Amino acid sequence: MATTVSSTGTEAGIQNVFAFIRRRWLWLLIAFLALLPIIGGKTGYISNFWFLQLSLMIVYAIAVLGLNLLTGFNGQISLGHGAFFAVGAYTAAILIDQAGWPFWATLPMAAVTCFVAGYLFGLPALRLEGHYLALATFALAVAVPQILKYRHFEGFTNGVQGINIFKADPPFGLPLSSDQWMFLVVLAVAVLMFWIARNLLDSRTGRAMTAIRDHAMAASTMGINVPRYKAVVFGISAIYTGIAGALHAIIFEFVSPDSFRFELSIAILVGAVVGGIASLPGAVIGGVFVQMIEKYADALTKKISAAVHLPLELEPWTIYGIALIVLMYTMPTGIAGGLAALWRRMRRS
Amino acid sequence: MKISKLLLAGIGALALALAANPAEAQKKYDDGASDTEIRIGNTNPYSGNASAYGVIGKTIEAYFKMVNDKGGINGRKINFITYDDGYSPPKTVEMVRKLVEEDKVLFVYQTLGTPSNTAIHKYMNGKKVPQLFVATGASKWGMPKEFPWTMGWQPDYVTEGIIYAKHILANVKDAKIAVLMQNDDYGKDYFGGFKQGLGKDADKIVQVATYEVTDPTVDSQIIQLKNSGANAFFNITTPKFAAQAIKKAHEIGWKPAHYLNNVSASIGAVIKPAGFEAAQGVITAQYIKDPTDGQWKTSPDIVEWTAFMDKYMPQGDKTSTFPVYAYAVTSTLAEVIKRAGDNLTRENIMKQAASLKGVEVPLLLPGIKINTSPTDFYPIQAVQLSRLKGEVFERFGDVLSNEAASQ
Repeated sequence: MATTVSSTGTEAGIQNVFAFIRRRWLWLLIAFLALLPIIGGKTGYISNFWFLQLSLMIVYAIAVLGLNLLTGFNGQISLGHGAFFAVGAYTAAILIDQAGWPFWATLPMAAVTCFVAGYLFGLPALRLEGHYLALATFALAVAVPQILKYRHFEGFTNGVQGINIFKADPPFGLPLSSDQWMFLVVLAVAVLMFWIARNLLDSRTGRAMTAIRDHAMAASTMGINVPRYKAVVFGISAIYTGIAGALHAIIFEFVSPDSFRFELSIAILVGAVVGGIASLPGAVIGGVFVQMIEKYADALTKKISAAVHLPLELEPWTIYGIALIVLMYTMPTGIAGGLAALWRRMRRS
Repeated sequence: MKISKLLLAGIGALALALAANPAEAQKKYDDGASDTEIRIGNTNPYSGNASAYGVIGKTIEAYFKMVNDKGGINGRKINFITYDDGYSPPKTVEMVRKLVEEDKVLFVYQTLGTPSNTAIHKYMNGKKVPQLFVATGASKWGMPKEFPWTMGWQPDYVTEGIIYAKHILANVKDAKIAVLMQNDDYGKDYFGGFKQGLGKDADKIVQVATYEVTDPTVDSQIIQLKNSGANAFFNITTPKFAAQAIKKAHEIGWKPAHYLNNVSASIGAVIKPAGFEAAQGVITAQYIKDPTDGQWKTSPDIVEWTAFMDKYMPQGDKTSTFPVYAYAVTSTLAEVIKRAGDNLTRENIMKQAASLKGVEVPLLLPGIKINTSPTDFYPIQAVQLSRLKGEVFERFGDVLSNEAASQ
């Protein structure tokens, strides 16, 4: 008798734990990530280089989130978000390098610069719909590296050579390396940015954004100022991507025009689509995808073709291409959408 | 009784350990070095617009394979880890961080490109990891006071620029000079030296055109330079653009006295693609033996190099100077590692690299030797001018050293 009682007790306890995990999985995940520097750093299992990689994933997640807000929730296509990424990165790098600002102070400044840039670019671009907007933003992405190299800006941008900056050491004598410390900073900023995005989407403004995406004319009839909303959303989207750019400059310790070629804009877009457009978890998956697949597809292709002794030489980007095609066929709503569908099917059966 | 025996044995063991220690103590290792292995890191452009240089990385890899087949250096195998950076500085930064922090290499060697090395210059010196014999001739690699962990190898661009300028002033009548340069520190370094060499005659430069390393062609720049009416042309370009420039100038019938910077002085990678006819009379400065030059055919170092190419790089291009360059510079490095002996600390590697006195390295032109000191981080400072005739560069005049150039 007594044993049965205790066993149901543990069962209930286990179920409680599972329920707790299900309800609080997001917080648990964040707490786990926040503890990583202490676990990994002390045991030495995770090198500083890996903390840089993790930080970069989070940074790209923020950038992808910016594009998600614009494209996924507001229906405007941008092929030029790399440009805002570059503006944010250069704002941070120039302020740190030439004005001696502390790194954290450059983030709000990057946000302001990018909002202004995004809003101003958004205004005239409103006359352009769909494909035309995509092309206009694409032109922006192509132009930015050239502008950064422009001779008369060299005093600020240092031309093609770019700007080297140094990462901040952790404050208060914390026993962390600067990479571990910056990982925590990036994580905190990301949590804040995602939290703001979720609240924004849950608000009147968020519903107006999606209404415009679904049917602009109907939204307008309901009293939504469509052009203004579109421009503001463009600005907000630029803030997100710009802050990601600033963080990138700070943790990477280097900016140059070549860091922000138009391939970056495409990478952000691919990340958004692969992760799952119009989905916040999708942005995180997209960020991981941008950093991992994009950067290592080349090495992976080589390794695989060497491992299976392929008789033909694969092009560097083969794996990347194959992965993209397979993903788009099997998970047309992105990885986040695909996983959600899989989860629903498993629960039903 | 038993205890005292044990004690005695203990003391004996301790004494043995102590006796063995002095020998052990001479072996000193930093990250990346051990009794059996030395890890060396590198980035090279295996893809992208400067991928012609990728053969340098591949040759170095093959060289170390040869070294390892012969038993390594001082009994240690060399583990050469090389990554593609596509000549893109941000990629170099990431890959070099991986090399230093993840692969834990003892030092970084022959990272290629002026912009790429500039991007990691501060990082390497901040981390105190040697950035040794970088594959670029910018003058800024020889600043031991400010950057004690960075050293170049080839003659610096400033010196070379001065030599061309002097030659133009002495040999081209009423010189009107056009310059094509890559828009970065590499181009500016050459151009700076060139202007320094012209001195008060700098106004003889009638037109300067630039290109970005990401540009597809330099055709329009060449047309612009021709239209300036220049009769002398200083061509500061990397291989792909050098070939384009030579070809285009020939196509549009522009025949200036053509000075090609040494970084593109390769028959296989530049002159052949451009066309031998188009490149007749091109002048460049050399410090390594051109493998296509018949006079070296029987010299022992070229024979040794040819055997190496046949065995370890069977698909390699034996008309290109890049594998020659890679073989020569890696021989220098092998000498440095050999001299470092069992003291494989980063500090000792730099110390050995900075104390090469009159070291002879295979494949350098006769009369050119390696010289460094704690205040002289420019290993090679001499070149000889040569002119393309037929299918080879013919050397003329004396070996010109830095001192001769700045007179």
